Parts: sequence; C-alpha cells; structure tokens
Amino acid sequence: MLTSRVIPCLDCRDGRVVKGVQFQGLRDAGDPVELAARYEAEGADEIVILDVSATPQGRANQTDTIKRVRKVLSIPLTVGGGVRTSDDAKRLLDAGADKVGVNTAAVLDPALLTKLAERFGRQCIVIAIDAARTEPPETNPTRKRGATAAIVSSQPTSWHVVIRSGEDRRPLDAIEWARNATHLGAGEILLTSWDRDGTKAGYDLDLLRAVSSAVTVPVIASGGAAGPQHLIEALQAGADAVLAASIFHDGHYTVRQVKEALAKAGVRVRDDTVTF
Amino acid sequence: MPNPLHIISTGTANTASVLAAWERLGIEAILTTSEGDVREAPRLVLPGVGSFGAAMRLLEAEGLVPALRERLASGRPTLCICLGLQLLASASDESPGARGLSVFKATVSRLPDHLTTPSGPTTQRVPQLGWNHVEAPKGSRFLTDGFAYYANSYCLREVPQGWNAATTTYGVRFCAAIERAGVLACQFHPELSGRWGAALLKRWYDESPSNHANAPKKGAA
Repeated sequence: MLTSRVIPCLDCRDGRVVKGVQFQGLRDAGDPVELAARYEAEGADEIVILDVSATPQGRANQTDTIKRVRKVLSIPLTVGGGVRTSDDAKRLLDAGADKVGVNTAAVLDPALLTKLAERFGRQCIVIAIDAARTEPPETNPTRKRGATAAIVSSQPTSWHVVIRSGEDRRPLDAIEWARNATHLGAGEILLTSWDRDGTKAGYDLDLLRAVSSAVTVPVIASGGAAGPQHLIEALQAGADAVLAASIFHDGHYTVRQVKEALAKAGVRVRDDTVTF
Repeated sequence: MPNPLHIISTGTANTASVLAAWERLGIEAILTTSEGDVREAPRLVLPGVGSFGAAMRLLEAEGLVPALRERLASGRPTLCICLGLQLLASASDESPGARGLSVFKATVSRLPDHLTTPSGPTTQRVPQLGWNHVEAPKGSRFLTDGFAYYANSYCLREVPQGWNAATTTYGVRFCAAIERAGVLACQFHPELSGRWGAALLKRWYDESPSNHANAPKKGAA
C-alpha cells in the first residue's frame, strides 16, 4: 500500500530559501542545500523547490540551486516557478529535477501541459494550482437565517484560479481547471489555498475534498499548515501528500516528529530507518 | 579507482538524478549511446522515463536493440530502471503494436484505477506516485525489503520464468523488481529511494559479475 508523503517546500530566491505570507514580505530562511539535506535525513519523502524570483538572473541562480541540491538529495525533487516552455522544463530536469511544476504558463496556454507530458511523461508533470475562495454573492439575510439544504447546495463554495504570484485572479474555476489539467497531461496536482497560505489556519479542507474527488491523479495539499494535526486532517480529507514550509523552517517541528504524529493517528508513512 | 559504469542516454529520462546517485557513491558514470559500449561495458544502466513506444523507437534509432537483447539474455551486469524494466517485456498496453526488447514474453499492463474491495468498489490514483513497500524474495542476490519510490502508471504483473522477483501491491501485486544473473530491473527508482535505494545500487555494482567470462549462461536463475 502506498504511503502518505510529507513534503517540505523550499521557496527560493537568489539561491536562498525565503518565506512570506500570501507571497508577500519575503524573509530569509536559510540555505537550500543545507535544508534539503537535513529534511531528507529527518525522513522527508520528497522536496519541492519553488522559484519565487522574478528576474532572469534569479532564474539562472535557480538552475545552480537545483544542481547543488541534487548532489546531496537521494529522494525526489520537484521544481516549479517560471516554466513557460518545454525547453524550460528540460533545463530543470537536466539540472536535477525529477518532476516539473507548471502554473501560470499552463493557465495562459493549456496545450503546454500536453506538450510537456508527451515529451517527458505525465508522471513528470505537476500542475500547480493556486486557488482562492470566491466571495459569495450578496446574501439575503432572511435566506441566510433560514437556509435549507436545497438553498445551501444551490450556492456551493467555489474557488477560482490565481496566477502571477497572486497579482492576477482569473475567472477560471479551480475545480474545473484541476480536472482539465489532468486530462491535458498533468500527472499530479500541487494544490495551494491562496487564502490559507502562510496563515497557519490549516489547509482548506473543502477545497481539498472538492479537487481530490474531481480528479484521478495524486493531490498534494499546500497552504496553511501549522502543525501535525493540520497534516492529518488534509490526508483524511483526501490529499495524497502534504506540503509545508514554515513549520519546518521555523524549527517548530522536525519532519521526524510530524511523521511520528501521523503514524500515531493511523496514517501510513514510510519507515526510512531500515536500510538493509 | 572503481570501474566506471555506462548509462544509456535516452534524452528524456531523469538522467541528472541517476548520475548524481552514482556520484554520491563515488562511482564514475559515463553517458553513452554507442553500440560498442552497450556490448562491452562491464556495467550498464538503462534508465527510463517516458512512454514504451517512444523509448523503443529511440533505442531502435540508435541501433542499440540487438546489442541490448544479447547483453540481457546472457545476464551481463545491467541495471534497468522504471520504464527500463517494462522494455524487457514483449509488449505494453501503453503503446499497442510497439515491440519491446522481448527478453521474455509478457505484456505490460496499466495499474487499475478502479478496485473491488470487500467493502465495495473504490478508486485509486494513477499514476502511482510515492513510496510503497517492496517485499524481496528469499535468497535474492540484490533485493531486500524496504520502501521504494515509484512514479508509474504501468507495471509487469506476472513474474517471467527464470527470474527472481520482488513484489509490491498497488491495487494489484506487481513486479517491484526482477533479477537474473547480473541483470537487475526495478520498476521503482532506486536513485530516488533514499538510503535503501543507494544501498541497492551499491550492492548491484559490487556483486554483479564484472566480466563476460563470469556471467552465467542464458536461463540461469
């Protein structure tokens, strides 16, 4: 039986790990090579590196960062940020990525997913979706008070896709996009709640339930984790893997402690302590 | 200085990760598409990412198929990774009509996305992405129990005759890895399977016979 993955995420800019709330106010959080190696030693199942630099120079640094991380890392490495073409993906794979995440470029040109899948195989292509809750329309107070099941279900929660690191909100339904993206060629979904990212309020479980029941590929939950309980909830809501950044960078929990808590809660996790 | 090993450069595989894994073990690895290397290299790695049909077309275009078949049939030290294992079969549901290396007769099939369980029908994710448990056969030369990283939608269900197989279950039981003489073929990615995977690579490198004269004859288990 497949185990649930715990994935530390390194948001990188100019060769350093940074962190921020809702993609704003970035602060330095350490060296990516050191952090990746430490997380692997602690039992991380995979590492994600997201390039949050905005400049061509930053992108060049990113290739160098991937090469340096690859040297020390013997678990899978997913890299995203700034992938526009299949040659961009090739550069990241040649530098040492095992999977490539694509976000904005796929929203603007969905056929890119098919090109990438044909060239590298769909197991290599991760669609990164940043989803924001859509504000409910003006609510009638009487209806709100006396809401019946029928009325509630006629106004289901919905999410729309956010691109360009949050600067651009599309009139594109996130669930619909998740479904389309997997049909077009994505083999996995990295699903970030834009509302919860950096808030420590827990993952958006409604969003997770909606996406994981709409698609047949694995879903990685991202955005909002503050502790093991949030990860457990996300896995119970249908996520196949859980991604977190600051809970590990801040030293509140080691990956080992988180995986022990997951195991205690009945989640199947990989035991990496036996090698022979 | 240990003997270098050769890696067939397929262009689409995660070659950088495979190279890095050997570098961490202190073993020099050389990329090649030369038929001479495929015949003569003391140790050869066939990595594989991409589709069955496309990979076979590439090996055919490079003129490597006869040399690879001979090498695998005679049990010379060869490590096949992921799609590399599937290519040993004769066909795959992924690419109907495409002929594999046909080291044994078998058809690679898709992992099931719908399952029937005692509690009713259920679905599972395909591709299988993540860590799953490997059960090694008794008396295996290279394989041990442990957790391995998988990224596959297709698998080899039946154990080919004359081969030792480790198994993994994902809805169905399938060949996690098969071994015969110096050939080790893994459906999982040893280069991404942490310390367990590194130990497996090292064992294959250290224990596989390194010259032709020592290689067991075709059919030896």
